Amino acid sequence: MSDHTPILQMKNITKIFPGVKALDEVTLEVRQGEIHAICGENGAGKSTLMKVLSGVHPYGSYTGQIIYQGKEMSFKDIKESEKAGIAIIHQELTMIPELSITENIFMGNEVRRRGLIDWDEARRLTVDLLKRVGLSLNPNTQIKNLGVGQQQLVEIAKALSKNVRLLILDEPTSALNEEDTENLLNQMRELKSKGITCIMISHKLNEIAAIADSVTVIRDGRTVETYDVEAGHVDEDRIIRAMVGRSLENRFPDHVPDTGDVIFEVSGWRVEDPLIPGRLICKDSNFFVRAGEIVGFAGLMGAGRTELMRSLFGRNFGIYQRGTIKHHGKDVKLKSVSAAIRQGIAYVPEDRKVLGLNLLDNVRMTTTSANLKAVLNHGLIDSSLEYRAAEKERKDLSVKAASVEVGVSTLSGGNQQKVVLGKWIFTEPDVLILDEPTRGIDVGAKYEIYRLIHALADQGKAVIMVSSELPELLGMSDRIYTICEGSITGVLDRKDADSEKLMRMMTTTSDAAAN
Amino acid sequence: MKRIKEVMGGDFRQFTMVIALVVLIVIFNIISGGRMVTSANFQNLISGNAYVLVLAIGMVMVIVIGQIDLSVGSVAGFCGMVMALTARDLNFPWWAAVLVGILIGVLIGAWQGFWLAKLGIPGFITTLGGMMIFRGGVIWISKSISVPAPHELKMFGAGYLPEWGPAFTGMNNSTLLLGVIGIFAYAYAQLRRRTKNEKLTGVNEALWPVVVRIVLVGAVIGYLAWLFGTGRPGTSFPVPGVILIILVIIYHIITQRTTFGRHIYAVGGNKAAAALSGVNVPRTYFLTMLNMSFLAALAGIMFIGRATAAGPSDGTNWELDAIASVFIGGAAVSGGIGTVLATMVGGMVMAVLNSGLMLMGVGADRTAVIKGLVLLAAVAFDVYNKKQGRKSIIGHLFPGNKDKQEGGASGASGGSGGDTGQS
Repeated sequence: MSDHTPILQMKNITKIFPGVKALDEVTLEVRQGEIHAICGENGAGKSTLMKVLSGVHPYGSYTGQIIYQGKEMSFKDIKESEKAGIAIIHQELTMIPELSITENIFMGNEVRRRGLIDWDEARRLTVDLLKRVGLSLNPNTQIKNLGVGQQQLVEIAKALSKNVRLLILDEPTSALNEEDTENLLNQMRELKSKGITCIMISHKLNEIAAIADSVTVIRDGRTVETYDVEAGHVDEDRIIRAMVGRSLENRFPDHVPDTGDVIFEVSGWRVEDPLIPGRLICKDSNFFVRAGEIVGFAGLMGAGRTELMRSLFGRNFGIYQRGTIKHHGKDVKLKSVSAAIRQGIAYVPEDRKVLGLNLLDNVRMTTTSANLKAVLNHGLIDSSLEYRAAEKERKDLSVKAASVEVGVSTLSGGNQQKVVLGKWIFTEPDVLILDEPTRGIDVGAKYEIYRLIHALADQGKAVIMVSSELPELLGMSDRIYTICEGSITGVLDRKDADSEKLMRMMTTTSDAAAN
Repeated sequence: MKRIKEVMGGDFRQFTMVIALVVLIVIFNIISGGRMVTSANFQNLISGNAYVLVLAIGMVMVIVIGQIDLSVGSVAGFCGMVMALTARDLNFPWWAAVLVGILIGVLIGAWQGFWLAKLGIPGFITTLGGMMIFRGGVIWISKSISVPAPHELKMFGAGYLPEWGPAFTGMNNSTLLLGVIGIFAYAYAQLRRRTKNEKLTGVNEALWPVVVRIVLVGAVIGYLAWLFGTGRPGTSFPVPGVILIILVIIYHIITQRTTFGRHIYAVGGNKAAAALSGVNVPRTYFLTMLNMSFLAALAGIMFIGRATAAGPSDGTNWELDAIASVFIGGAAVSGGIGTVLATMVGGMVMAVLNSGLMLMGVGADRTAVIKGLVLLAAVAFDVYNKKQGRKSIIGHLFPGNKDKQEGGASGASGGSGGDTGQS
């Protein structure tokens, strides 16, 4: 499908922020009608490059040339780049949840007739656009009623409404489950067949392997390499090597589990949805974890993994109906988060910026925030004790921060995640629930987090790990439970598990899945 | 310049704001021909503003949790009126009447806290309701007539410290003692902090900046003590000022050194993360609102002590002065940022503006215009600095919970480039 004329050439792009050279002579060439993947670790400069391209960083704030459809471009803002047919879909969706699909698609680009908005025409166009991305939805549906995957497709439809020629997707699948991801990738192939060029920024190598025609790897603000690939035959290790600048023979550290007695056991756990009365989000779940064991929880987005974990953690989510928790063989009632923490249970939430951190705090205060009583002296916080405690966690977890007085908002994602881990390790738990512990952090940092998880298990802690990435679960867990629609549908030992089996159990609630 | 910075140490911003305040005072003193910096005017400045500053202590905590309390003026007026009425009509002794007034304040706080914490009604609405209810309440129970207050209360509203000891000091000895205690406490705190930092980080701060700092601050405290202590015979540093200082010390410790204080900042910074860290969010809301009304009752009683009678319109618009002090002191509307000490400086800026403009003969109308502009300028300055990626200047004036995140013990100052283009 793709011919060989480049639609876009970015030549020697250099962008300097105060004190930081974010892009250093980056070169990017994208051909007409291809799907071009851009890979790189967090902070490598991928998003900055796309911001330069779309005019977020206006012409003049960078050096270098952008040649698009044969002409040199000098975009001053997003409006100009959109006019030229370049649309960018950001990692965070930017639609307004309370408004309808139609209203969102034509936001700022309203269909007018005699100065008033022609809603009938807009709705008719919306239906067409939705059809083009494979959705058949009522155009009056409010965005908040759509799943994340559908919202993503509506974003694409919105871009199509502006006659996009070059579509940029920034980590489009980071919030999608496997099914929605598959669907999105199919839609991208569809767009490609209609002659729309796509640039996809992604961390997920399997997606790149599935869909990309060529790959550009960026590291530390420089282009490392660009080469053509054949969809389905991509050397993932080559990309990883180029991204991190070293070979990662093994993405998961070696670990020999040393498991002991069952120390955490949940039975008949039933929780009702806090918003929809009568709807169960956990349906009589039973599971157990041994000391020193890493237990994975697999499930599609919305299956109720996070909800289960948060309901266990001091009933932080949902309405408790029944069920028991046994900790070291004793029934415990954890009616509040502080009771759960006292009992030695820790929950590291999935979205560290929304649920895990107070971004106004520094490393020291974050570390002690879930266990302040450990740094009290005569009822008052002892800053020396606190400093020493935080410094110890910082060293133990090798957090890259100048000191514990540095604000957590200034740290990279991987280091933030380590600080959050440190905060929970400081509560001295023996049951750790890790919800998506490596989401949004780069390959190198992931490896370190994996090692930390192993170290925790080796100390005899029971580790529960929720993850959307099956390879991660397969590489890390000693056993894996699967959840579908609020029910635990099965459990597999590491040696028996593979992606296909798990996927089957994650998508079926019937007993047939157990086979 | 480098030397100056060294003297200021980690408290660079603390000093800038205090210096701005001093410059303001000096300018007013020059324009008014020396009438600003006099014993009588400073004594008035303190006793005439102590009640607003007491409100501001509670208000900064409310704003840090991300709420606002519009009812404090009405609550202060209501509690003061209840106190005056119990003393006059029920013949309660003055101290019992004061206790009744404060108890009513605590009950009102529990009422507001209930709506916010248990029912989840935003503080703005809860206290807007409270503002109307208790304003109406004051007028109702007082039948729109002023009620004389027990004369003993004058001590708390406008009283002076006792005169004692030898006369050769040439000043009020209580004030002298207060000044000496202040200087020694500051010197002790500075030296202790230096040794502690050294022990923790191994970084040895040079001694001379600490000494210069102690001498400078000591000189200021000494001068103020002299100024307050050499007024008309029988005057001294005002009693309401002493009450205020005690409250500031207590609340500084509560906000910076206790679990509850940390919880306030945690809830204001990220409510969901706080809840997942074991913080009882409703309880934190409840206690903060309770405390606010408690302080409002205290402020109302201090004011009535000075005015010698409780009036039906006491407390009108006080909430606005308190809120303005908090924001001039660098707190964030979105919560999580703000300290008691910085709020006190913010409140003093307002007080000095009031006093200075009055001395210059500027009317209340234009004074209000100027105060409004100063509030906008201060907050705009703050926002501007945050946008530049530097840390907020006014917001991080004082050592405490929120300002060490970048400055810090080992001086890991962030300084540049907030937006470094993460991929």
